[in-house]
Amino acid sequence: MEEQVKNITTDEQQEYVINMGPQHPSTHGVLRLVLSLKGETVKSVQPHIGYIHRGIEKMCESITYPQIIHLTDRMDYLSAHINNEAVCLNVEKALQVEIPDRIKVIRTIMSELTRIQSHQLWWASFGMDLGGLTCFFYGLRDREKILDIFEETCGGRMLVSYNCPGGVMYDIHPNFQQRVKDFIKYFRKILPEYDQLLTGNVIFHERSKGIGKLSLEDAISYGVTGPSGRASGFSCDVRKHEPYSAYDKVQFKEILFTEGDTYFRYVARIQEMWESMNIIEQLIDNIPEGPYAVKMKPVIKLPEGEYYQRVETARGELGVYIISDGNKNPYRVKFRSPNFVNLSVLNHISKGFKIADLVAIGGSLDLVIPDIDR
Amino acid sequence: MDKKELGEFIKSTDQDLEIKEGIQFVEVTVPPSKLHSLAKKLRETEQTQFDFLVCISGVDYGQDLGTVYHLRSTKFNHMVVLKTRTSDREHPLLDSISDIWNTADFLEREVYDLLGIKFANHPDLRRLFLDNSWGFPLRKDYVDDINIVTK
Repeated sequence: MEEQVKNITTDEQQEYVINMGPQHPSTHGVLRLVLSLKGETVKSVQPHIGYIHRGIEKMCESITYPQIIHLTDRMDYLSAHINNEAVCLNVEKALQVEIPDRIKVIRTIMSELTRIQSHQLWWASFGMDLGGLTCFFYGLRDREKILDIFEETCGGRMLVSYNCPGGVMYDIHPNFQQRVKDFIKYFRKILPEYDQLLTGNVIFHERSKGIGKLSLEDAISYGVTGPSGRASGFSCDVRKHEPYSAYDKVQFKEILFTEGDTYFRYVARIQEMWESMNIIEQLIDNIPEGPYAVKMKPVIKLPEGEYYQRVETARGELGVYIISDGNKNPYRVKFRSPNFVNLSVLNHISKGFKIADLVAIGGSLDLVIPDIDR
Repeated sequence: MDKKELGEFIKSTDQDLEIKEGIQFVEVTVPPSKLHSLAKKLRETEQTQFDFLVCISGVDYGQDLGTVYHLRSTKFNHMVVLKTRTSDREHPLLDSISDIWNTADFLEREVYDLLGIKFANHPDLRRLFLDNSWGFPLRKDYVDDINIVTK
């Protein structure tokens, strides 16, 4: 008996392959990872995806442009508003429609609210992945306040479908400005509590510092964008480099770090919430008067050609590439989704760490599975 | 470099390339045989430094199958679009650029999965979303009577 135990523990040649997911709480959806292990150390991670592949790109080819926004909602459901904005901006650019300032400002405020609620949910689930159950209640409690604001103005809570080519669907609710201001006031008080709860926690530091390091060269070569890329020093904020909507009118900092480990990917997102609040505060009192939508033709046909538009979602750079042949349906639509590209780096940065660290690394990349599968 | 300079610079490296100044970006049409060498050159040349491969889109043009590459330089912040196409619909084969940009590994697998374009020298070319019993759904001649509603 003793000899047997000895044989098992000393056999270092053995590589153990286990399956993580598709139903696993820390993969945040139906993501299946096949892990090769040596003991508890990860040797390689092979993602197997496609469990909720709906063929959105194919479906787009048979529907009209105003209908596409209802599908983009369902890609990255936490950045629903920003995804819609990408399609709308692309269509408007192709038709050379001039968008009034009121629409631009409303879109920017809504995008930043979307970014905050997305980061709140990420913080909640990331804390829970690492064993801090309280985070989950804090995060969801505060996110509810933003969803209520959405509900009042857009009618929807998560999949808002508020943008449409030429503007937004309805004007903002009379309570909108006051409620947003109340929320900012409230959240400025609450956000330091997040830091007390998790950021300064010694156990959390042990679990996150130095884990899953991603260098700047690798971040660019793997195309990791969003807060995950910026934590490695990759200056990739589309809002800064190619401002759309009202981002050229506001002052904000691009959050950049150089360390690139799990801890700094975490800090980058917390800092982004502060910056988003700054942006909203600069705009909320100065929403210009004017129409909330430009009148578009009943049937939108893009001129023949190719159009590319990129925006900054809560997870990175979303690119929408439309090829039009002049019909009311696009010839080909391609979404460059940030999560799909960010997932490809998982194998590279989690080699040599433990399984428990893999959970932390996966959480810090903030993957949303419907956006990977599309 | 702005669009015009960039177009002229790429033209100066190879006179045979077909270069169009598009609405947004410079669009370069390359034959499949030159794709890999041009991509490598664009990444390594001092004046261009396209170190960020933004996306690869596979397109079915009806007769031909093709891929579109959006490249960006993080240093100069300029973009270029490379296009290549092959008329072989039975066994389309292009060169993989995954040795130049790591992100191309996944992006090319996606193109292979949805359009059936194979990439030579790809380290791990398997289907990504679908299993082997499916056809290639993003092709225009793909027929699926059960799941796709056609008007």
